Amino acid sequence: MKVVILGATRGMGRALARKMAARGDRLFLLGRDRNALDRSAQDLKALGGAEVGTSHCDLEQPDGFAAALAAAETALGGFDTVVVTAALFAPQDELERDHLLSRRLLDVNFTRTIEFCEEARRRLTGGGGGTLCVFSSVAGERGRKPVVLYGAAKAGLSHYLEGLDHKFRSMGLKTVCVKPGFVKTDMTAGLDRPPFSGEPEKIAPRVLRAIDRGRPVVYVPPPWRWIMLVIRNLPRAIMRKVGF
Amino acid sequence: MATPTRILRGWGGTSAPGEEILGENLEEIARDAVLTRGLGRSYGDSSLPPPGAHKVAGSTRADQILLFDEADGLLRGEAGVSLAKIQRVILPRGWSFPVLPGTQYVTLGGMVAADVHGKNHHVDGTIGRHVQSLRLLLADGRVVRCSREERADLFRATLGGMGLTGHILEAEVRLQPIPSPWIWAETQRVESLEDLILGLRTAASDWPFTVGWLDALATGRGLGRGILIRGRWAEKNEAPTNPPAEKHRMSVPFYCPGWLLNRVSMRAFNTLYFRRHPRRLKAGIRHPESFFHPLDAVSRWNRIYGRRGFTQHQCVLPETERPGATRRFLESLVSSRAGSFLCVIKDCGEVGEGLLSFPRPGISIAVDLQIKRTTQEIVNQLNRRVIAEGGRIYLTKDSLTRRDHFAAMEPRLEAFDAARRRWDPERRLQSAQSVRLLEQAR
Ligand SMILES: Cc1cc2nc3c(=O)[nH]c(=O)nc-3n(C[C@H](O)[C@H](O)[C@H](O)COP(=O)(O)OP(=O)(O)OC[C@H]3O[C@@H](n4cnc5c(N)ncnc54)[C@H](O)[C@@H]3O)c2cc1C
Ligand SMILES: NC(=O)c1ccc[n+]([C@@H]2O[C@H](COP(=O)([O-])OP(=O)(O)OC[C@H]3O[C@@H](n4cnc5c(N)ncnc54)[C@H](OP(=O)(O)O)[C@@H]3O)[C@@H](O)[C@H]2O)c1
Repeated sequence: MKVVILGATRGMGRALARKMAARGDRLFLLGRDRNALDRSAQDLKALGGAEVGTSHCDLEQPDGFAAALAAAETALGGFDTVVVTAALFAPQDELERDHLLSRRLLDVNFTRTIEFCEEARRRLTGGGGGTLCVFSSVAGERGRKPVVLYGAAKAGLSHYLEGLDHKFRSMGLKTVCVKPGFVKTDMTAGLDRPPFSGEPEKIAPRVLRAIDRGRPVVYVPPPWRWIMLVIRNLPRAIMRKVGF
Repeated sequence: MATPTRILRGWGGTSAPGEEILGENLEEIARDAVLTRGLGRSYGDSSLPPPGAHKVAGSTRADQILLFDEADGLLRGEAGVSLAKIQRVILPRGWSFPVLPGTQYVTLGGMVAADVHGKNHHVDGTIGRHVQSLRLLLADGRVVRCSREERADLFRATLGGMGLTGHILEAEVRLQPIPSPWIWAETQRVESLEDLILGLRTAASDWPFTVGWLDALATGRGLGRGILIRGRWAEKNEAPTNPPAEKHRMSVPFYCPGWLLNRVSMRAFNTLYFRRHPRRLKAGIRHPESFFHPLDAVSRWNRIYGRRGFTQHQCVLPETERPGATRRFLESLVSSRAGSFLCVIKDCGEVGEGLLSFPRPGISIAVDLQIKRTTQEIVNQLNRRVIAEGGRIYLTKDSLTRRDHFAAMEPRLEAFDAARRRWDPERRLQSAQSVRLLEQAR
């Protein structure tokens, strides 16, 4: 595979990129921090042997999306897979207090991410198809007290990805929507860990398999698929009472 | 809601209240931490916060290889990169990490901080000898490089300095070229301690890797019976052409009850281990992991000691200057009725550059001791022996040594303390162990 990945400098994106490099996939990294990008590229090169290119791309600066993806195209001689793990997170009460932060979060996690995906979609379908794998969240499955705003943005993102999948699969574009439950990364650092929390390294092989098989939706760690089945079906009256 | 009190543990189970802050950017998370820890494979309280402090930086997500120069054999990595990852990357490409401790689940930073040694100590010394330079976050917040040329005193104090001179962010290490990633090993039963020591000495000139295991429960004439192991990297024409496959691992899923290990079960295990080995020499090609890191085959094996845990007593004794020192030490171990699994014995070479580096010429012995009511007294007794023989103990294994005993073994403490006064005058960097053994009453 020839993969462009936005978010490989940390967390699940880093773990996934390592799995890809180790099995010989060609990689190109996009991100907002040049120094972090360079370091990650070195690490992936050590793991896989091949050079790993990088280009600046900040989800908050949509004007740079086209140039960043063009740089990836040039470096890789075209690509067939785009992965987006980058996103922002903040606890609900903090977002309620800070409306600038909540605007930023809604913007980055919904509008900008979708703009980036649109740019990637055009290039992938133009090149004969491929895979677009985007990390959404189980938070987008149901309106819940601790993730009202973050969950709303992720719900919108999941919807978009489902729509893409319906419309473009026949044209060779496979969409993979990853829905993580709770994974131990920087993003969740200060939070209390629920049962079935996962490690990025354990999740990466599962996501990779979903990409290889073009599965439209994948829950990680796996038990979250069943947890969410229950939560989706809980009556509203109960959801109103519970704290999660 | 108040945050629940978290507990941090050393490999042997020693615990302290504290919290490990993880993150990809070690420089950032270590800024307000009293200490940085790696994979927590030190047995005792080396990687635990001192009383009153809480936050310890955990390096394990700062685990990138920043440079692997395949032509020159040079590796630069972030402190949290594990030895397992390093070997997985470099072994198939003709290089090995120059010093390999008994487990590969240790970090680069942890190896430098303890100045670790391996089966090749008699020829290659400790890891410090192969470290080219370090990048450190100092207690005052500055980030500096140090090496033999630049801030040499800081460099020396940091090798084996147990994290007390600064947070190690990166290390650059010279690698060792290898003819193949496989090992040619020979093992042999020996009937006495003297034969084991002689065997180690004889093998030293021809073999890069040597070590002995001995039955610490055998008494009388059997005292010191054991198995001598020697090895070298296999030549291309002897080795399988495929690279060594990743090993399948078992795991101990929960803490075993404390009574599982007792004199009877341990004696049975030791005898079996000894008798299972044929009388004749066994020789052949071995998987590098099973040769260097046999205990890694069972993850979390530390749980077989139960919830009360265990400690390891490792000391080095100047056997040449004081012939019989090792036998006298073992006799004192046997008379303490400590009860221990096999113990590991290794001849050490030259003293390293690290101010507090553990090995010195002589014989190193390591014994695992289950924590019981009597363990403190047993450790005291062993330490009195070590002092009498002019030896010293290994900090990265210790949790029970008394401060006065440690001082009696370590004439080097003054120099180390001076280095700390220079680089961390406010003593911002401390560990539970440093408070127990090193800090001056103020
Ligand atoms: C089964 C087993 C076999 C072993 N065999 C050997 C052996 O053969 N030879 C040998 O020498 N040792 C051996 N050890 C000990 C082990 O190599 C050391 O304890 C090593 O320091 C552990 O590394 P770690 O990453 O787990 O560090 P930790 O246990 O997390 O920390 C150890 C010390 O290093 C410091 N430290 C860690 N990272 C940093 C950093 N980034 N900056 C500053 N300070 C830091 C900590 O503060 C602490 O003082 C063995 C241990 C086990 C469990
Ligand atoms: N962790 C969980 O429990 C969890 C649960 C559900 C869903 N998710 C989702 O899973 C995805 C990955 O999460 P994670 O836990 O791996 O996160 P993480 O460890 O915080 O990593 C986030 C990555 O995104 C990048 N990024 C953030 N903002 C960016 C921006 N404006 N422009 C470009 N890159 C940016 C970061 O780059 P820098 O290095 O520059 O910061 C980093 O590489 C996210 O979409 C998250 O919402 C996570």
